[in-house]
Amino acid sequence: MDKQMSAAEVVAQLEDGMTIGIGGWGPRRKPMALIRQILRSDLKDLTVVSYGGADVGMLCAAGKIKKLVFAFVSLDFIPLEPYFRQARQGGALEVMEIDEGMMLLGLRAAAWGVPYIPTEVGLGTDIIKQNPEIKVIDSPYDDKEWVAMPALKLDAALIHVDHADKRGVCHIAGPDHYLDDWYARAASKTYVSCDELVDTDFFKDPAIARQVHWERSATTGVVHVPGGAHPSSCVPQYGFDVAHFKAYAGSAKTEEGFAGYCKAYLGESEAEYQENVGGLDAIQSLALPTY
Amino acid sequence: MTNPATDYSLAELCIVAASKAFENEGEVLATGIGVIPRLAASLSMKTSNTDLMMTDSESFMLSEPNPLGEREDGFVQSNESWMGFSRIFDNVWSGNRHAMLGPTQIDRFGQSNTSALGGSYQQPKVMMLGARGFPGNSISHPNSFFVPGHNSRVFVDGECDFVSSIGYNPERLPKGHSLDDVKIGLIVTDLCVLDFGGPDYQLQLVSLHPGVSAEQVQQNTGFTVHIPDSVAVTAAPTAQQLAIIVEMDPHNQRDFQIKDNPVGDRS
Repeated sequence: MDKQMSAAEVVAQLEDGMTIGIGGWGPRRKPMALIRQILRSDLKDLTVVSYGGADVGMLCAAGKIKKLVFAFVSLDFIPLEPYFRQARQGGALEVMEIDEGMMLLGLRAAAWGVPYIPTEVGLGTDIIKQNPEIKVIDSPYDDKEWVAMPALKLDAALIHVDHADKRGVCHIAGPDHYLDDWYARAASKTYVSCDELVDTDFFKDPAIARQVHWERSATTGVVHVPGGAHPSSCVPQYGFDVAHFKAYAGSAKTEEGFAGYCKAYLGESEAEYQENVGGLDAIQSLALPTY
Repeated sequence: MTNPATDYSLAELCIVAASKAFENEGEVLATGIGVIPRLAASLSMKTSNTDLMMTDSESFMLSEPNPLGEREDGFVQSNESWMGFSRIFDNVWSGNRHAMLGPTQIDRFGQSNTSALGGSYQQPKVMMLGARGFPGNSISHPNSFFVPGHNSRVFVDGECDFVSSIGYNPERLPKGHSLDDVKIGLIVTDLCVLDFGGPDYQLQLVSLHPGVSAEQVQQNTGFTVHIPDSVAVTAAPTAQQLAIIVEMDPHNQRDFQIKDNPVGDRS
């Protein structure tokens, strides 16, 4: 089976009003080339589920998000995501604000086909007060109350990986696969962009095979985009682009705002984008972060 | 080496004071978010509680804490296991962790806010990070706080604008839980050390940093602080502790954590 597609073909399969999960974490290994393709499209009214970084900020800025399911949105070294803040402070964004672990439970529930997973996380906080759709229930086994974290079913998941073959076997070489396996499993369709397209033989090495975190049947489409996580990181290949994130955050303080950022960088295609940010070589030589 | 030093910064005093939060916690994951909490956890792991566990702030567990910032060429960190973000939650929910964090607001119940300030929930005046992992941390394991600027905008009158973490608020106590289930350790600020060990879980003064008065603490707190009859002075760092802090923070990031980097003894 050959699951290769273009970014445009992925976006053509997405529909207005869908619930889209986005892999990665903050400024790390985000499927940014796919996000950029959404920015170039007329897709709208999305519900987005994400451990958010510039993916969420850009989609907010472009008016693509109707409802955001989040625990945080941050670029880490720039703690406050500028366009996410603008969207929240503008009052237009519908939100489901939850704990980081609750998001994991919601994705697991969706992946496992159960309506909810009980947890004590959220009790005593504004998470349950501000989310009337998240129910607090009695347990059949004890006298406590529990948060019934609802399944976060995704119509589609977008994920960036280091290596994939055309059948959708995906390898994450970095130190952490984050919660990407749960995004892949929680989604009806999972579209993966990869830095390198590899032959199936690549996975023969058991050390590599152990870094494959979901089976290929959970991958719907594979898009080959070297540098596709930029400006987020794809460690060990490249770090996040500090200068670019600063320019991005700076654009939020200008009159033109995100339109100015798009005019300067987005382009009509990923090739144009990469040219605008200094080329693929520059992306691939970005220093790895030290924590 | 165990004699108190005379020349130390307020940041170094806070690191040493904050390290005490981890001292009696046993074999738990110590998570310090931010420079001073991380150095506090590292100091404790190297001195007062060598059973502590720590991550590299990314995805590996370390047998020795990493120094902050760029490392020397050839540096190899002391991995002992893998601890990716999804596995962190397994640890959090097991309760075997003590985190030290810096929320934007803390109220009289020990509830904290990392999410939003002012306005309405639908349209906050200032949007911050979001609830992050605070709800889960606060109900699963002990947590301490670090506050670099002790004032009544942080220690607010009334409840936090958004309650990210559970505290000692009887009105929000979940069914079947007791207030004793909530474990808030130390609150270390640029003025003093506090805990919630006062009457009925009231915030109480544990020690005053040299040169700070109890009145100053009360004036800068938006609610009544319990002040015991006798309040200690926060212990000065020892030469050994200072040496470890320098080793863990070779680029002096600690100098930029408290406004104007004051000296430790302001008397």
